[in-house]
Amino acid sequence: MPSRSLTGLFSIAVAMAAVLVAAPFAARAADAVPSPNDTCLMCHSDAGAKNAAGKSIAVDAKKFATSVHGQMNFKCTDCHSDVSAEKLPHEPKLKPANCAACHEAAVKEYQATAHAKARAGGNMVAATCSDCHGAHEIQRSSEPTSRTNLARIEDTCAACHGNAAVIEKGKLHGGNIAAAFHDGIHNRAMHAKGVQRSGTPTCTGCHGAHKILSKSDPASRVNREHVALMCGSCHQQVYSRFSGSQHGQLRQAGNSAAPTCIDCHSAHGIQDHGATKWQVDVIKECGNCHQDFIKSYRDTYHGQVTQLGFTRVATCNSCHGAHEVLPASNPKSMISPENRVTTCRSCHPGANANFAAYKPHGNPHDRQGDPILYYTRLFMQLLLAGVFSFFGFHTLLWLIRSLKEVNARRGGGK
Amino acid sequence: MPSSIAIDSRAAARTQTHTGGGRYYRRFGPIERVMHALLMLTFIGCALTGVPLLFADHDWAGTLVALMGGFRGAGLIHRICAAIMTVVFVGHVLRVFVRAFLAEDWLAYFWGPNSLVPNLKDGQDIVGMFKWFFGKGPKPQFDRYTYWEKFDYWAVFWGMFIIGGSGFMLWFPMFFSQFLPGWVFNVATIVHGEEALLAVGFIFTIHFFNGHLRPEKFPMDLVIFTGRLPEHEMQDERQVEYARLQSQGRLGAFEASAPTPSEVTFARALGSIGLVLGVLTILIIIYSALV
Repeated sequence: MPSRSLTGLFSIAVAMAAVLVAAPFAARAADAVPSPNDTCLMCHSDAGAKNAAGKSIAVDAKKFATSVHGQMNFKCTDCHSDVSAEKLPHEPKLKPANCAACHEAAVKEYQATAHAKARAGGNMVAATCSDCHGAHEIQRSSEPTSRTNLARIEDTCAACHGNAAVIEKGKLHGGNIAAAFHDGIHNRAMHAKGVQRSGTPTCTGCHGAHKILSKSDPASRVNREHVALMCGSCHQQVYSRFSGSQHGQLRQAGNSAAPTCIDCHSAHGIQDHGATKWQVDVIKECGNCHQDFIKSYRDTYHGQVTQLGFTRVATCNSCHGAHEVLPASNPKSMISPENRVTTCRSCHPGANANFAAYKPHGNPHDRQGDPILYYTRLFMQLLLAGVFSFFGFHTLLWLIRSLKEVNARRGGGK
Repeated sequence: MPSSIAIDSRAAARTQTHTGGGRYYRRFGPIERVMHALLMLTFIGCALTGVPLLFADHDWAGTLVALMGGFRGAGLIHRICAAIMTVVFVGHVLRVFVRAFLAEDWLAYFWGPNSLVPNLKDGQDIVGMFKWFFGKGPKPQFDRYTYWEKFDYWAVFWGMFIIGGSGFMLWFPMFFSQFLPGWVFNVATIVHGEEALLAVGFIFTIHFFNGHLRPEKFPMDLVIFTGRLPEHEMQDERQVEYARLQSQGRLGAFEASAPTPSEVTFARALGSIGLVLGVLTILIIIYSALV
């Protein structure tokens, strides 16, 4: 907060500058212009002003005047508290603006975050207050022009998390998450419907604003252990279905490898569940754990068509359900003996019990489990091997013999 | 050497094919030629739309299917070709039985020299051919159909039942599941794919070689498209048939005009489509199997 003594100090500063020119006007000038910021602007208002290192030290007085701090008639020295009007010009190197003097709680929160820790560890590309809020032109978040307005948060975060140079310098393992988020369903919904109406989260919706913690931090909202709860804060019905599913129960039992929201949906580039590419890709995600099943699935028409990149045929969740996946032994499961025909009928309306007895994961390599399929495949392979061996030799020998005859004929023709 | 004279005259006659000179005999009637052409085209249609499923994990497969209108477009082409092929096959079987019924001696129709039913001589010819391959004997003399042509025919016949039968089960599972257990559809899936691979692999390599690509016929034998073959070829490759018809005095009944240049061009075009698409399919299968 500006103190009374500062007014006096500025008076002196202005006097220092003006005294040689027109001493009689000095006192009057100090009376007429109460803003001591003019003293600073004498140097800093020059748009081309640079410090010794060549970095711009220009301040746009108009922008500052319309900023939240300018409107509150802040003085430069309120933030740059290591500058004194009594000692000008000031030191070439100033301390960072002291935001904590007023925003104590926010700065304290920030100190414990991924950004602050990275800076403390010497990674100076990590964001500090001004990287997100700006410096002299800070606007209230409620202002549409503010860099921390919900509609602009994406751009603000993308300045670093969508910037290849920063990503490399900061060793950000997630890569260009801003681009992924930009194409994701949350961001698209926000831009389509508007921030207020869509209610969809932007970066800060999941990561928080000041308290952004690394996903590896157990206290983080985006930590693997908590992320379902966080998604569930909006997607409540999905969360309750997921909690009751085999995957959800495994997680509750402490199995951290069991899938959670981000494993199938990804974290940033979340796609609409109707998007073909996502539907086709998520099958591979299931296959990461269920390796035998994706293998046998790929041997079926369903699996072949989806592998070619088309949907409309059954993917994993068509039969197993998505969030509510349960083992066949559970009567509530979509693939339980009780529900199987109904499940088949969701795509094949006329399905009967025989139809539903088709094995969508039949495995012709499993002699014990699927003897019929095993011996069918064996028979077919022997048939192929037999035919191709016999006629392969037949053809090869014939070709050699014919070529010999052609050569002999050519020789005879000479 | 008599053989070199025969080959020289064959080469000379091959040039005559273009000019329209020389004596020709009818080997295939219009129904057989149309049947072969339809089989060929629908077979290629089924192969191009079906093989990508068997190699779905390769990039080319998705691209090829996308070019054919996605899996629904490709599936439609596959089913249309399958339906035409089925009609051709059923039509052929009916025709065979009608002709057998109308024949003076139906036993002779099935067991006589014009039949595709294998007989003892075919076994002897196989042995004879292998002897010839190793230079241990003369090339066997053949009647109307050689053993490899009979194998081609019966391979397709068997394939029609296996691929066609399993294909219809997979096309109409609602109907078939009314009286067939579920595992039949698993078996049908395996059989359809494996037998298709056999058929595609056989037709596009062995049949192509036997019928078209071997040095004597290279690049293709037009007889199945024009229906006619030059006299020297008949004397040279169907010695038994030629001699038999000659001794019966029926040879003249088969004499035909030489194919006109436009007929030859059409036959070449049709044959080339089959050969090129077939060889490309085989190359891409071999490539996929090796990668």
